[in-house]
Amino acid sequence: MVDLIADKPFQGLPLSIGRASVEGMDPGPVTAIQPFPGATLPMPFPQAGQVLAQGGGRLVWAGRETAFLMGEAAPDLAGLAGVTDQTDGWAWARLSGPDMAAVLARLCPLDLRALPVGTSARTMLTHLPAIVIRTAPETLEIGVFRSMAGTLEHELSAAMRAVAARASLR
Amino acid sequence: MRIPCPCCGSRDRREFTYYGASVFLDRPAEDAGLEAWDAYLHLRDNPAGVTRDLWYHDPCQSWIEVERDTVTHAILSTAPVARRRA
Repeated sequence: MVDLIADKPFQGLPLSIGRASVEGMDPGPVTAIQPFPGATLPMPFPQAGQVLAQGGGRLVWAGRETAFLMGEAAPDLAGLAGVTDQTDGWAWARLSGPDMAAVLARLCPLDLRALPVGTSARTMLTHLPAIVIRTAPETLEIGVFRSMAGTLEHELSAAMRAVAARASLR
Repeated sequence: MRIPCPCCGSRDRREFTYYGASVFLDRPAEDAGLEAWDAYLHLRDNPAGVTRDLWYHDPCQSWIEVERDTVTHAILSTAPVARRRA
């Protein structure tokens, strides 16, 4: 078996421009859980936007009838839910700072100022399907398909530069 | 234009993809005859007023039946297609 070298999805991070910073993050193992119709899971399942504590990790709402278990090993839900490993399928970045929402206002049709702390949402960042989780008033975790990590990095850095440039003119 | 997603709440039109008239959901029986199948596949109304059509909410992966007014652009109601088929 070839010994593959693990590489980080974001080559140009961390990056700090103006009043916003972005860094790559490792959320630990990520597992998609999609309950079969009518099945009752042995754990609470998040409603739209909910982020629940689950063991040592988080169970994050990630789409219709879909949750991502992050930071905790995949449970055995045979016969109850579709359980698929997403660990290497998604790339995660943490955007923080007072201009977090202003930066994303340039990329995202969802008003992230109004996203309650401790909740998640599915939205688009330009054309990238994304999961966003607000973990603190000025901190947002962003997940995109790993193949699009370079685009996310580019879009975020461009928006951060533009917000900082605009602020410098005041 | 904003569309209330039954799953996510009110969202910008940029998050949605349009499919077409919602009569697409009313598939005729296999033996319904040529006329019914011809109508199902090819004939669509183009009303100035209330219409029902299918939209896909890309972020949450829901198909939604949207009742809207093509004259005023008002969205009158939305319902998840999954529930209708259940």
